[in-house]
Amino acid sequence: MRISEAFLRKPLLIAYICAGDPNPKATIELAKRIAVAGADIIELGLPHSDPIADGPTIQAAVQRAIAAGMNTDIYFETVAAINLDIPKIFMGYYNMIYARGLDKFVSDCINSGISGLIVPDLPPEEAGPLREACFKHGVDLIFLVAPNTTPERMEIILDQTSGFVYLVARVGVTGARSDLLQDTKSLIARVPGSVPKAVGFGISTPGQASEVIRAGADAAIVGSACVDLIAKGEIERLEQLVRDMKAAIIGAKSKAPIVC
Amino acid sequence: MPETLIQPLIELAEAYQRLSRDGLFVAELDDMLKNFAGRPTPLYLAKNFSRKLGRKVYLKREDLVHGGAHKLNNTLGQALVAKHMGKTRLIAETGAGQHGVATAIVGANLGFETQVYMGEVDIERQKMNVYRMELMGAEVIPVKSGSRTLKDAINEAMRDWASSFESTHYLLGTAAGPHPFPSMVRDFQSVIGKETKEQIIQAEDRLPESIVACVGGGSNAMGIFAPFLEDRDVELIAVEAGGRGLGRTDKTADNGASLGCGDDGVLHGALTKILQDPYGQILESYSVAAGLDYPGVGPQLAYLAEMGRVKPKMADDKSAIVGFRTLSELEGIIPALESAHAVGYALREPQTLGDLSIINISGRGDKDLATVMEYENL
Repeated sequence: MRISEAFLRKPLLIAYICAGDPNPKATIELAKRIAVAGADIIELGLPHSDPIADGPTIQAAVQRAIAAGMNTDIYFETVAAINLDIPKIFMGYYNMIYARGLDKFVSDCINSGISGLIVPDLPPEEAGPLREACFKHGVDLIFLVAPNTTPERMEIILDQTSGFVYLVARVGVTGARSDLLQDTKSLIARVPGSVPKAVGFGISTPGQASEVIRAGADAAIVGSACVDLIAKGEIERLEQLVRDMKAAIIGAKSKAPIVC
Repeated sequence: MPETLIQPLIELAEAYQRLSRDGLFVAELDDMLKNFAGRPTPLYLAKNFSRKLGRKVYLKREDLVHGGAHKLNNTLGQALVAKHMGKTRLIAETGAGQHGVATAIVGANLGFETQVYMGEVDIERQKMNVYRMELMGAEVIPVKSGSRTLKDAINEAMRDWASSFESTHYLLGTAAGPHPFPSMVRDFQSVIGKETKEQIIQAEDRLPESIVACVGGGSNAMGIFAPFLEDRDVELIAVEAGGRGLGRTDKTADNGASLGCGDDGVLHGALTKILQDPYGQILESYSVAAGLDYPGVGPQLAYLAEMGRVKPKMADDKSAIVGFRTLSELEGIIPALESAHAVGYALREPQTLGDLSIINISGRGDKDLATVMEYENL
């Protein structure tokens, strides 16, 4: 499914898991269970040895996945075996794409049913060749904005992103946090309504998911909280978390918006 | 580079560009280089070593810079930039500990809170430097992720900076990483090459036929090479860590020779040569010298090597130890194990040096005594 189609039914819950953690077969099963529990889009992380945008939870998952043998070939086989009626998104670092060759990588994405790419270490200034490959194959390339992104850069990023724009809820790396900052709400308010906006980094509870939707986001992204439950082997709690977050998001839609 | 770090990098680039043209800033840095760091460093004609090699060899004595290595040239420059930007905290990565020590020195002297990320493996092999940093008030934070060496320390420092940039300057120690670091570090280290050029003309009334420098990330090499890039007759030889040899596994390389054995890739915000597997996973590098134990290299050196201006060569652990011993015995100068790679190469292939050569002794070897004793089972 195209990402734009999914956003017709907003607000959405986007869930991230690290492909290959604890093993590729488990990833196929986990993706299905997360989708059944209510996720509207699933992000499948390709493990990289040097995940500089990630905090300790995802770093640990990446190390487990690499130790269990995950590589780019197995990644695409795994993703292709996940048959879902929700969009699948690639998330990973640029060197993995560069090493395979941009065009081959994007065409492998298409062949395994991926509808968008998130590359957290690729700024738009350096993204020309990958954007071209994505455009050619009809895949979305999703860019990130952060609380410290200037208005001038925001314009460039919004111009380049497709599918949606990924709002980094806070400065720093991925990982669960207990609070939601005013910064996040101001960032949501800064992005014009014409581009679908999804908020991630530090969203780990139904309350936080509800808050970002009420602040005007079209989707909430949960990553480290899912990865943490997978690491503990608590799959039922993972399904419960996804159900609760989805319910919170749908509930938030009907409530009055939070004024920033 | 993650989006969060783009704005801090832009601000740093702008501040550096402004300050590098500001006479007061330049004078402030020159004063510190002279009166605090002890510059200029001598260019010393190594008579006994020259006799052994059958040609004239000069040593650029960066081992005599305060702190024991060329690293202070860069940390002084960047710390002054950070001060002018209103930052109150410095973070740094370190491999051998020399850059960490140089950061701790400027942190103490210029009044910054200082934290240094260092791989657990490196902490183990460089205990003295850890103590030196702590003595000067810096906190050493052990890095337990990945290969627990230099590249992981850089990852950790970048993660820190992604949330601390308001108050903190990331003082990157080598001519690698995202812009403006490669240019800024090259510029601050170019003082080595500028002095060398004046000194060799003074002493010999001509330019050298070759300059030899060791390369990990490449800061001492870029520093001495940069002022000679246009002098086409001067052969610039970059000696990488050959480690245990050319072997590889899925996860590790037996060397640190990114120019010699690496492929194009993106690491730490730069497109350069990287030791990596076919999928793009970064390999763990290896060298007896912690300061050369890095799977990437600065993008400028990668470019200069590709266009043939810089000649990448290798010296393995054994050659480096031979260089370490030989220079100690012949000249009474104990070079850092990193610099000993350049010395070891010169000993092995003297015919490539021409009649007049300069070796950059980027640091002193006191920090490496335990490593060498262990290597030789003393």
